[in-house]
Amino acid sequence: MSILVDRNTKVLTQGMTGETGTFHTIQGIAYGTQMVGGVTPGKGGTKWSATLPDGKAVERPIYNTVAEAKAATGANATVIYVPPKFCAKAIEEAIDAEIPLIVTITEGVPVLDMVRVKAKLLKSKSRLIGPNCPGVLTPDECKIGIMPGNIFKKGSVGVVSRSGTLTYEAVFQTTQVGLGQTTAVGIGGDPVKGTEFIDMLEMFLKDDETKSIIMIGEIGGSAEEDAAQFLKDEARRGRKKPMVGFIAGRTAPKGRTMGHAGAIVSGGKGDAESKIAAMESAGIRVSPSPARLGKTMSEVLKD
Amino acid sequence: MNIHEHQAKDVLRAFGVPLASGVAVFSLDDAKRAIDSLPGPLWVVKSQIHAGGRGKGKFIEKDAGEKGGVRLGFSKEQALEHVKAMLGKHLVTKQTSAAGKQVNRIYIEDGADIEKELYLSLLVDRGSGRVAFVVSTEGGMDIEQVAHDTPEKIITLTIDPTAGVTDSDAGKLCDALNLKDQARTDMLGLSKTLYKAFVDKDMSMLEINPLIVMKNGRVRVLDAKVSFDGNALFRHPDIIALRDKTEEDEKEIEAAEWDLAYIALDGTIGCMVNGAGLAMATMDIIKLYGESPANFCDVGGGAGKEKVSAAFKIIMKDPNVKGILVNIFGGIMKCDVIAEGVLAAVRETNLAVPLVVRLEGTNVELGKKIIKDSGLNVISANDLDDAAQKIVAAVKGR
Repeated sequence: MSILVDRNTKVLTQGMTGETGTFHTIQGIAYGTQMVGGVTPGKGGTKWSATLPDGKAVERPIYNTVAEAKAATGANATVIYVPPKFCAKAIEEAIDAEIPLIVTITEGVPVLDMVRVKAKLLKSKSRLIGPNCPGVLTPDECKIGIMPGNIFKKGSVGVVSRSGTLTYEAVFQTTQVGLGQTTAVGIGGDPVKGTEFIDMLEMFLKDDETKSIIMIGEIGGSAEEDAAQFLKDEARRGRKKPMVGFIAGRTAPKGRTMGHAGAIVSGGKGDAESKIAAMESAGIRVSPSPARLGKTMSEVLKD
Repeated sequence: MNIHEHQAKDVLRAFGVPLASGVAVFSLDDAKRAIDSLPGPLWVVKSQIHAGGRGKGKFIEKDAGEKGGVRLGFSKEQALEHVKAMLGKHLVTKQTSAAGKQVNRIYIEDGADIEKELYLSLLVDRGSGRVAFVVSTEGGMDIEQVAHDTPEKIITLTIDPTAGVTDSDAGKLCDALNLKDQARTDMLGLSKTLYKAFVDKDMSMLEINPLIVMKNGRVRVLDAKVSFDGNALFRHPDIIALRDKTEEDEKEIEAAEWDLAYIALDGTIGCMVNGAGLAMATMDIIKLYGESPANFCDVGGGAGKEKVSAAFKIIMKDPNVKGILVNIFGGIMKCDVIAEGVLAAVRETNLAVPLVVRLEGTNVELGKKIIKDSGLNVISANDLDDAAQKIVAAVKGR
């Protein structure tokens, strides 16, 4: 098993005809993902064509709207590479079309646009991952987004992270120690996003194949503290899996935004120490080094 | 993006927020005219820098006097003396570095008879994904201290974006601030005005400390600190025009022109990384091995050769840099492209400090080969742990 996506997931690409959309649709198809079509307003009825890394030519239909594309292809997921200015509209269109899983890669979406999107999302049937995230990947089955497929290996660790490239570290390291992954989810670094840690932890706890979980947070906000509280409550109900954690930004100065709009220690809140303390109190082994996530998980599983 | 207090007040004034009259000045001549244009009998003379804690700050220069960056003038002459003392001097506050910030402009404002000082701010609350008001009756003080000592005195109210500030919301804010009569009537309107300003201008924070009730019972915004969502500036050319580059680090400005996220820090190891989380983690691991990072630098997902080269040169401009660690985990980025960018920059800058490069991801073997075949003095690392140990050893060995 896995969470969110598997070999039956059919994926649309919003912004498929752009450079980024094209590149990653090719990568998705090459990985074996069912990339069933694209949405670019004004280009409906045309074909998207590309050449895979192995030289094979591929074609996919383009639609004007998400609703049309869903009706024609049976898509149950969409990935969004639309530029930040138009991104909120693209997400809203996918919500209106009742696409179950919306993964938004776009970085730099205005935060008040996301406030509006979130209000709509809460009343909808869709789940949004991101924005400003690397996507979701279930090894050998489905790759949505920009994660490098070659570092994955089918296995038993669930990975959830606020940071893109640190997701890769966790994946790479768990592959190296031989554990592999069930699914890796980058939930994104923005302050207002579709999915928080708790939802993903809930899914990983429920998934039988997931034997352990790596959770990577960073400074800013209180999502890690909330997640730790959730894990404590679940442990009291008898649901618990071995976990390793990491918090990026121990050395970050206060009051400065560290790249991600969400990564900021402000108003005496969101610093690394309080997050690490909360996670440790929930039984998570927090690695002081980002280079020892895989090894720490091996140790935890031996104990 | 941050702006000065006087600019923040101009932005708010355009929405109809009640404020004192004031004039921003850049010279003594300006100051004389400004003081004459205000009625008195009290002139508030305020240093304008992009940092909080100005009132409790201290100037480095002795002739600026012992007082902080906000001073009261009880006569025109005294107000002018304050301008003379502070203009051009360096103000150190708890939010600046030890070198302080030069005061290049001063805001002279009409004084107010204060009955009560309150606190009000607007921000985006992550937990609810909504805009939230944070208010307290304990205004005019360090709000972080209030939050720490008496958290029950800080009240947060989130606003439903589809409804905006309702009459019920506004009433709750007035209750929380314990406002009656005219002050309550003023605040019922002001809460809606401030929310509108926040949303219309894509602010990321609006802090009013203090919000005051005057002796005549009216509410007024006495101080205002505003920052804007950098991602939304494309729709606000009027706000972009308010940018004061003298308040920003030169290297950070250049980095922004290349669309790099760069923040100068005070350590010795320059870092170039893709991804904000990995960039922070790289700083953390350097610290873990006993050295300090000289900067945060995220070259982003789609950096090409020129961008990598530019990042390298910016990092090298910092005279404290004694070694550089390049840490790239290629998702979108191809390792061979990174390798070529780094080598080009090494050649152009005649790099004289140790350089450790860690590459992983797409085309990693090709990237490593390009570095190895270059004949340049570049240390290759196998993973993040190895990279951090190698750069720390190289810097300590000098």
